[in-house]
Amino acid sequence: MGLTISEKILRDHSQNPHVVAGDYILAKIDKCLANDITAPIAIEVFKEVVKGTNKGVFDLDRIILTPDHFTPNKDVASANQCKIMKDFAWKNAISNYFEQGRVGIEHCLIPEQGLVRPGELFIGADSHTCTYGALGAFSTGVGSTDLGVAMALGKAWFKIPESIKFIYSGELKKWVSGKDLILYTIGEIGVDGATYKAMEFTGEIIDNFSMANRFTMCNMAIEAGGKNGIINPDAVTEQYLREKNINQYKIYKSDDDAEYFETISVECGEIEPQVAFPHLPENSRPISEVNDMKIHVDQVVIGSCTNGRLEDLKIAAKIIENNKINPNIRCIVIPGTQEIYLQAIKKGYVRTFIESGAIVSTPTCGPCLGGHMGILAKGEKALSTTNRNFKGRMGHVESEVYLSSPATAAATALKGYITSPEYL
Amino acid sequence: MKGIVIKYNEKNINTDLIIPARYLNKSDPEHLAKHCMEDLDPNFHEKKRKLDATILVGGSNFGSGSSREQAPISLKAAGIKCVIAPTFARIFFRNSINIALPVIEFSNINEFNSGDVLQIDLDEGMLINQTTDKKFDIKKVPKFIQEIIRQNGLVNFAKKKLTEN
Ligand code: SF4
Repeated sequence: MGLTISEKILRDHSQNPHVVAGDYILAKIDKCLANDITAPIAIEVFKEVVKGTNKGVFDLDRIILTPDHFTPNKDVASANQCKIMKDFAWKNAISNYFEQGRVGIEHCLIPEQGLVRPGELFIGADSHTCTYGALGAFSTGVGSTDLGVAMALGKAWFKIPESIKFIYSGELKKWVSGKDLILYTIGEIGVDGATYKAMEFTGEIIDNFSMANRFTMCNMAIEAGGKNGIINPDAVTEQYLREKNINQYKIYKSDDDAEYFETISVECGEIEPQVAFPHLPENSRPISEVNDMKIHVDQVVIGSCTNGRLEDLKIAAKIIENNKINPNIRCIVIPGTQEIYLQAIKKGYVRTFIESGAIVSTPTCGPCLGGHMGILAKGEKALSTTNRNFKGRMGHVESEVYLSSPATAAATALKGYITSPEYL
Repeated sequence: MKGIVIKYNEKNINTDLIIPARYLNKSDPEHLAKHCMEDLDPNFHEKKRKLDATILVGGSNFGSGSSREQAPISLKAAGIKCVIAPTFARIFFRNSINIALPVIEFSNINEFNSGDVLQIDLDEGMLINQTTDKKFDIKKVPKFIQEIIRQNGLVNFAKKKLTEN
């Protein structure tokens, strides 16, 4: 009986060569990640674990710390959190601490910096750590205790998940992106449709997808309850790694006779751009229906670990170019990393955004979690390219968030109500 | 383990309902316990006291939402010794085990009502509702998890591993 890519990676990182889906293992991790919200608690746990021993962190180069949620520090509380992290990083000589000005949204930054590779076992004290499955790594979110223990032991416990295989086929309509496919998928299976499971994305559409689209899809696996999202590495993956000069990694692929919990075939030819309505990502509806509803919004956000990559900004800039943002709209564009920001300046996207009347912010999570840089007032509505539209996520509990792709967001910023470029 | 049930039928009892974000500015367990379940049921503590309950039964996808560990910490500090639900959100599931709060997946929660007395044997995978006199098989808690719970959580478990190496 064959194995899935998720099973193979976990098995190879455990001490037992015979473990199968459903088994519990204590596995060696390759990298671990914490941010300004989760690191302070993890650091306390770490100190407690090593207390009374002469042990330090398990590896100076395999711990990644990113002060990205409230960058630049928005108040005293967030500054204190970041200071705890920075002091810890300096004291322990942790090499992958990214000071503000060099940091970016963690899930955009880490692949960009080559800090995650195919075949690795990666954990992060952040639920969207599932993003890196796009590179063929097994990557998942954990709690702060897990992370604190991992920093000491270099190990974490896992239940080897069963996998759900998604096969995407057909020809995509214009303006349909990875974001639309994942919103559609979550709409079909629900926010707990993949609880505990590995979501393996396959099929001709995935084969032809860019890395940016792949990251977007894996990023939202958690929004269906998934443990990880994963894509078998191929030529697109290898090209991405080559551009970063990364040549040491191990490729795992699912066997043809691997056993899946379920296989879901998605014929994509009729899928339209999707919009997820408040307050769950599963409330997705096709744009033709939404366009007719003329839902006016107050704010449009283009960015986040889901859609803050250069390709996302490019799509938005091309739509916005030579147009003006609707007078009723605050449009906030947030490049995912400093590098993306710089490229967006070089390619003229930033100029396009500013000339159209949009705000361009330094890389930060900011409004995505209602942190800062674009908080909603009571009764306000936003359309956002982020991944969660829970109640109060972007500000006041009585505000509303709709989710979409960058193309839909850009068109909406011009029109003032939720629409897509085909209706412009 | 033996205890009395307090039950909430709702699905998706998320981490915001278990411990609202506005109380996360302090992390001491007693403070968290005081506000536990407040946004789901402001009378949680009073009900729990009247029933003398220590076993929380909830609907499916229990603990969904953020990865905040304060959610299981607040339940444990409020005197909950075990949570039963058809399914749990996976990070909540991990976090609970890591702080030695047993969580049991059991699909037919209709078999339990607030006030029922349950007898649970985690190692043997058996649950008896003494009030209705019915017996159920539950998933055995894997040895690995039993070990973490026996050590009173992942921190102690890791301490031991660290000194073994
Ligand atoms: S951009 Fe949003 S979802 Fe992504 S890591 Fe930041 S807060 Fe989390």
